[in-house]
Amino acid sequence: MAEIVLNGITKAFGADIAIRDMCLTIPDGAFVALLGPTGAGKTTTLRLISGLEAPDMGDIFIDGRNVVGDTPAQRNVAMVFQQYSLYPHLTVRQNLEFPLKSPILKTSPADIRRKVDEVATVLQITHKLDSKSTELSGGEMQRVSIGRALVRDPEIYLMDEPLSSLDAKLRADLRVELKRIQADLGATLLYVTHDQIEAMTMATHVGVLDKGHLVQFGSPREIYENPVSEYVATRLGLPRINILPADLLGTPPANAKTVGLRPENIDQMSPGNKAEVQTGTTETTVKRVEHLGDQTRLHLDCCGHAVTTLTNAHTALATGDTLHIRPRNPLYFDTDGNRISGGVAP
Amino acid sequence: MSAYSITEPSKRVKWIAGILVITYALVTIVPILWIFATGFKTPPDSISYPPKVIFQPSLEGYVNLFTTRTRLAQEDLDALPPPRTWYEAIVRNRNMVIAGPSRFGERFVNSVIIGFGSTFLSIFLGTLAAYGFSRFKVPLKDDLLFFILSTRMMPPVAVAIPIFLMYRQLGLSDTHLGMILLYTAVNISLAVWLLKGFIDEIPREYEEAALIDGYTRFQAFMKVVLPQAATGIASTAIFCLIFSWNEYAFAVLLTSGTAQTAPPFIPTIIGVGGLDWPAVAAAASIFLLPVMIFTILLRKHLLRGITFGAVRK
Repeated sequence: MAEIVLNGITKAFGADIAIRDMCLTIPDGAFVALLGPTGAGKTTTLRLISGLEAPDMGDIFIDGRNVVGDTPAQRNVAMVFQQYSLYPHLTVRQNLEFPLKSPILKTSPADIRRKVDEVATVLQITHKLDSKSTELSGGEMQRVSIGRALVRDPEIYLMDEPLSSLDAKLRADLRVELKRIQADLGATLLYVTHDQIEAMTMATHVGVLDKGHLVQFGSPREIYENPVSEYVATRLGLPRINILPADLLGTPPANAKTVGLRPENIDQMSPGNKAEVQTGTTETTVKRVEHLGDQTRLHLDCCGHAVTTLTNAHTALATGDTLHIRPRNPLYFDTDGNRISGGVAP
Repeated sequence: MSAYSITEPSKRVKWIAGILVITYALVTIVPILWIFATGFKTPPDSISYPPKVIFQPSLEGYVNLFTTRTRLAQEDLDALPPPRTWYEAIVRNRNMVIAGPSRFGERFVNSVIIGFGSTFLSIFLGTLAAYGFSRFKVPLKDDLLFFILSTRMMPPVAVAIPIFLMYRQLGLSDTHLGMILLYTAVNISLAVWLLKGFIDEIPREYEEAALIDGYTRFQAFMKVVLPQAATGIASTAIFCLIFSWNEYAFAVLLTSGTAQTAPPFIPTIIGVGGLDWPAVAAAASIFLLPVMIFTILLRKHLLRGITFGAVRK
């Protein structure tokens, strides 16, 4: 419904610079996941777009209109807070009605009823509509909080880790549901998360933040397969990417300091097959085998460095076994952690 | 042997606590009960020794409180027609007739107007100021807050003379407005500090959510902050009301007629026709009621736990 453009945004809180010269264009209808550790500026980015904070420098355009100086109400955005912020003196139904009853929307009572019931059904909270919001469990509060954003028809949805405190099943359900709602409405959605599955499955674009900088912005696959730096590479991936000294496995390009190897990009030679144990492989010792059901993680010791990789769910490998490995698609990084281009093998 | 729990107090501790609470309640409530009882005694019963706990109730104190009476000679009394009402009969028993209503009613109404008026004004201004101090960047905020508090450090009576002179100049002496302004000025520091504490406790997220939901800051204040500050507003209002309701020194100094409140009036009853303790006790009983009712009405807010549970901490 709306394109968002951030142009040279800087925001400081006292001496702390939360956002540094951020330029970002979020296409209309995109589902953007913002990744980054605590303090990277994810929440501040949402608050700047929503109008709860004013940037110190730079412009924010929503649908081509400069909104710096507009109140949050004028910007027509909906936000799900990390702390659910349900109005404690109201019931669940009143909480959901609250945005619809605002002077800006002034919805008719029949429409309010219909929309609230609709959203309550989607979020499976119909049985709780008449409870006080303080009587809900954490997961229910979070669903009501999401519901309060969904009852509206805003140009932009902003969500700050909305699924973080739900149990695994509900989380999976809502992940699908949120994606469906976003696709149905064609709404632009900005989504802060720590969860790589959420980022990979729901997002059309991923933005990685580091100390107020936007380090990389692209499709989830691009971020995963082609990270611009060691920092970005470690943001996505579970188990995490193995960061090893560059010369540990094979010959690195000049000035490479470290090599990043995704766990799935480590080829294992079958132990008995002498023909396969050839040049380019490295001998490792199995330290620990984790059977996860659908897959098995191997923790290997490679010349004193811990390496994690994945293997067949029914592997016969056990602690103490020897395994020869060979890297595939290594990502090389220089001393500053920046990617050395050309290091990726197709 | 019964199970031992760390969190549940033992039976013996509960008993000791219960006895202590009951003892304290008795110590505080007996004088009040004594006042209520004295109000329903006859003047001889009220000063009898040893004091009477069981007595024949009478409304003489209340009749005396609301009337002015004249003593008549026996022959004049005999010449009168028989009393038409029960209260005339009570007065006639003491060889008196009712000359007219007393001024207690007006004084009581004055107390209500001034007490509740200044409480409302203190809460109104205090809530707005407290919200501003709590949420906005106010230059010299801490100094201003300290300045507001410092008005409470000096005993108000210390400035009685300047205020008396100032009020005379401004024509505020013995007016309702003057007393409301004065009590508001004294109460507002308490109101600002107490309410700021309560509003600080309300997370900003609620207002931010309301701003995003399409409301202006003022609407968010009305719809989200005020309902949650209700507990704080109620308790602050009780404190303000108790002060302005009971205030004596300024009331004696600044009011004498039109705007005189009940506290300076009640002692004057004692001078009318000897030591009329039942009338004084009746006045005190009636005077206690509004604050009592106000407190009982708001006790739900006072006792209700803080409901800030909907934000994940």
